[in-house]
Amino acid sequence: MGPLAQPTPSAGSTATDHRQGRDRSPDPAARLEMTGISVSFGGVTALSDVSLVVEPGQVHGLIGPNGAGKTTLFNVACGLVRPSAGEMTWRGSAVRKLRPHQLAGLGISRTLQGVGLFAGMTVLENVMVGAHRHARAGFASALLALPRSDSDERELRARAAAALADLGASRYADRYPGGLPYPVQKRVALARALVADPDLLLLDEPASGLAEDEMHELGELIRTLSGRMSVLLVEHHMDLVMRVCDQITVLDSGRQISAGTPAEVQADPAVTEAYLGDDVDVEADAAELSAAGEGGRHRD
Amino acid sequence: MQQFINVTLTGLTEGMVYAAFALALVLIWRSTRIVNFAQGSMAAATAFIALALIQAGWSYWAALVVALVSGFVMGAVIERVVVRRVEGGPELNAVIVTLGLFVAIQAGIAIVFGSSFQSFPTPFGLQGFQVGDNRIAFTPTSLYVIGAVLVTMGLLVALFRFTRVGLAMRASAFGQEVARLLGVRVGRMLTLGWGLAAVVGSLAGLLIAGGEFIYPAYMDSLIVFGFVAAVLGGLDSPIGAVVGGLILGLALSYVSGYVPRGSALVNVSALVILMVVLLVRPGGLFASSTARRA
Repeated sequence: MGPLAQPTPSAGSTATDHRQGRDRSPDPAARLEMTGISVSFGGVTALSDVSLVVEPGQVHGLIGPNGAGKTTLFNVACGLVRPSAGEMTWRGSAVRKLRPHQLAGLGISRTLQGVGLFAGMTVLENVMVGAHRHARAGFASALLALPRSDSDERELRARAAAALADLGASRYADRYPGGLPYPVQKRVALARALVADPDLLLLDEPASGLAEDEMHELGELIRTLSGRMSVLLVEHHMDLVMRVCDQITVLDSGRQISAGTPAEVQADPAVTEAYLGDDVDVEADAAELSAAGEGGRHRD
Repeated sequence: MQQFINVTLTGLTEGMVYAAFALALVLIWRSTRIVNFAQGSMAAATAFIALALIQAGWSYWAALVVALVSGFVMGAVIERVVVRRVEGGPELNAVIVTLGLFVAIQAGIAIVFGSSFQSFPTPFGLQGFQVGDNRIAFTPTSLYVIGAVLVTMGLLVALFRFTRVGLAMRASAFGQEVARLLGVRVGRMLTLGWGLAAVVGSLAGLLIAGGEFIYPAYMDSLIVFGFVAAVLGGLDSPIGAVVGGLILGLALSYVSGYVPRGSALVNVSALVILMVVLLVRPGGLFASSTARRA
């Protein structure tokens, strides 16, 4: 994935100052707490009483069999789903009525299960949209193409180019995403999330469709990222999760069945039962593993 | 030969207006997946506003600016107040709403400004340029029409390519949910998009009105031509809309110039072209690879 600069400690940055993302330590206040979250759709309970804390600078894994509610919890964290009960705090203050467009402003970025790139825009432009929240020219001045907006646009472009370079995808900058291999698209999507220089990164199955060596690179990248932001990771690939996560929460059928360090979770009989008790899922995981082993890619 | 040149020049001029109108339809289609049938009435309303100002003694240019601004406001307000409620819902609802707006605005014009024919001025002459011993069917007004459309298109390209707002508007058009997660105010972008489209549409209406008579329904045929041009180019492609407009302008001009009693066949020809395009290349000439539902 290319050389990502090692984090160097810097004096506490605040939410408002203009950050140069590559040289800072995680914001000590950047803690996401979800307490007693419940979600029901109609009469169906998708999540009941789930709590987790993503500590600043940590990688927190969220695992569980299919249908366990991982994505639902994720959607709660980014405002797409409103919980029917429970509370979420970010940076120490309660977040209520979160709406998706506010996410970037709060310093939270999310990648999607698919790649979700804008088909009609170049790779560079895609990433520029991710850097959107850093641009400060107002509506009117941008419309009238005033000088401020012009330099603003140039800065946006430079920032996006740097993010692509960080992930070793510079040479695709002028291509359209549709024609690129899936792993490259995923990398671009990640660059688009990282260019906003978030304090919390929500990664939704970043390894799906990646081959073994690409997954390894991804793992190393996530470890590097944790030096400068908190990461909440939903992932099926157990080896990746166990390797990169500091803390893991295990969900099954909308309930939290285990939580702790990778070693603790692996030793927890409830987790083994949840995974082995579900025949269908084991088969699906096995199929996915063998597909990945053959270098096969699947698309979401 | 002279007739060929005349017919071609006329076709290009009219094609430019169709192109502008098609572009307005495409801008809205791309961002909200709605065909705005009310575009013509909205443009006609702004033309009547301009005419009222000119009759009150304003200069053509001041009236033009006011008309375009009122077009922007009208487009933005209609999106925010009416269309927002049907966006993303069943397609038929949106079609019915824009058709309803089409009728309602046209009736509104008739109520406010009356439904008689009124002549609309043009800032430039209507007499053809002199080339050698002949006068060609290319007037200073034609030049103005082509120039105005080209400048507008240039500005739109600059907006979409080189500004942050343009970037956000394109992102909203290609993926609303994702754009929202990236912090783009998608709703505002859609409102802005409708406003801009209405400006382009009303420019087309004002240009085609120059030196002609206007009445509440004078834009009706332009809706058909603009729609055919947009489908010809592929509803998703702004460049396609422009090329489609030019092709349609030329084709219709040749029909009316060369076919006996051809001027009566112009509307029919437009529909024939529409049918052929839908049968042979339903995605349009410039369609992207993704299939589009007709």
